[in-house]
Amino acid sequence: MLKSDLAKVTCKVNGKEYSGLVEPRTLLVHFIRDELNLTGTHIGCDTGHCGACTIYMNGKTVKSCMVLAVQANGAELMTVEGLAEGDKLHPLQEAFWENHGLQCGYCTPGMLMSSLFLLERNPNPSEGEIRRAIEGNLCRCTGYVNIVKSVKAAAKKMNENSRTQKRTSK
Amino acid sequence: MYPKKFDYFLPGSLNEAIKLLHEREDSKVLAGGQSLLALMKLRLAAPAALVDITQVKDELSYIKKEKTHLAVGALTPHDHLEHNKVVGSLFPILVDAASKIGDQQIRNRGTVGGSCCHADPAADLPTAFLALDPKFVVRGTRGQRSIPSSDFFVDTFSTAVKKDEILTEIRIPYLPKRSGSAYIKHSRREGDFAIVGVGVALTVGPKNVCKDIRISLGAVAPTPIRAKSAEKHLKGKKLNEETIVASAEEANLEADPPSDMHGSREYRLEMIKVFTKRAVKLALSRV
Ligand SMILES: Cc1cc2nc3c(=O)[nH]c(=O)nc-3n(C[C@H](O)[C@H](O)[C@H](O)COP(=O)(O)OP(=O)(O)OC[C@H]3O[C@@H](n4cnc5c(N)ncnc54)[C@H](O)[C@@H]3O)c2cc1C
Ligand code: FES
Ligand code: FES
Repeated sequence: MLKSDLAKVTCKVNGKEYSGLVEPRTLLVHFIRDELNLTGTHIGCDTGHCGACTIYMNGKTVKSCMVLAVQANGAELMTVEGLAEGDKLHPLQEAFWENHGLQCGYCTPGMLMSSLFLLERNPNPSEGEIRRAIEGNLCRCTGYVNIVKSVKAAAKKMNENSRTQKRTSK
Repeated sequence: MYPKKFDYFLPGSLNEAIKLLHEREDSKVLAGGQSLLALMKLRLAAPAALVDITQVKDELSYIKKEKTHLAVGALTPHDHLEHNKVVGSLFPILVDAASKIGDQQIRNRGTVGGSCCHADPAADLPTAFLALDPKFVVRGTRGQRSIPSSDFFVDTFSTAVKKDEILTEIRIPYLPKRSGSAYIKHSRREGDFAIVGVGVALTVGPKNVCKDIRISLGAVAPTPIRAKSAEKHLKGKKLNEETIVASAEEANLEADPPSDMHGSREYRLEMIKVFTKRAVKLALSRV
């Protein structure tokens, strides 16, 4: 391929700067997985339905199979790899673990991203609100019941954490 | 799957984008990409060039109150329309429709203008807009023009927007006092496209007499359509159970629904009546 066919993409992923050359038709999810080797983001369909590829782009969740890699030039991304701090799991990850919010784990990275987006906007969601927030994330294993339970548990953890944080900062 | 190869352009201004669309053969606007990229991945569409207008967001993503109308920029994401307070108080029908589109990720990225230009007959916003009779403002190499909603949707996936034009704004005239509006989507599962979608905007006078009403239907013809017989039936009448039910019986007279795996033609014809009745009642409850 001629070099002129390639476009340069520079973006921040999980706080770290990356750049690479891509064909314009490269989907963002392929760039993340194949160029950046961040394989936590999954691909489950061709039509934008399954949500396994959900990531944060400039503070909002998007399906990274429905965005071109070139469109991420200059963007800030967060993938599932950006949730934990070193060995310390994010409260959402802990809650999914403790409440059996996954079986095969294929949908989990996307579920975590959608759940986080919900909890950022709505720290005390009802069951209905949780179910609506993960509408765009299909799970073939759990039947969703334990996922909903996990998100509820995570909300509680995160609210408690922010309360203790407030107390210690006073 | 990968889309077919294309040239990619990222203009920094609206004028530059229009120029590119004019000059490049077989070029297409890329907005949120939530319909176009899906088609390209499935190789149902393979434009030679994409003109990405997301960089002109500041010019085209806004919701503004003007003297006679609410102006919605074409690049406004569905999610903004859903959560905007002004939209919520003036046009709850648009909140109904935007909140029912696909899922959160699609609503974060997909745009109001993209949904209208894509013109899927089963899409939610086009149907909802039709009940509000807005003007669609487009800009091209020959300048700006304004298209009435009755002329905008031409056929399935086809609008009055020309190849080198960009939809920039939708102007929704304010409803008179004592008005209500609503959109109801009937689908098998959350996030699916509508089997039938019904939009209603109505205005009442003393004693709930219907002064004006527009009823729009989605997914039951090649474009969203108005249910004019049912509208005529209700105009000038008192709105009550009896008149609403009687008008709903006529709501499918203009429809020509397809049969597909989501529902047969007969089923859709029947559901139009059911959901028209519900949508009129919901709109009335919001007056
Ligand atoms: C999984 C999934 C579920 C969905 N569910 C629903 C649903 O339930 N209901 C629903 O209504 N929609 C649904 N959609 C579609 C969604 O609403 C899209 O956002 C919308 O149809 C297209 O908007 P976009 O900004 O992504 O446009 P794009 O995909 O970028 O463009 C669509 C078309 O419009 C043209 N275009 C875009 N903007 C302009 C402009 N300003 N001027 C001129 N031409 C323009 C493009 O050239 C293209 O032909 C769904 C999509 C997906 C992937
Ligand atoms: S891979 Fe299925 S939605 Fe992106
Ligand atoms: S855990 Fe297997 S798909 Fe959700």
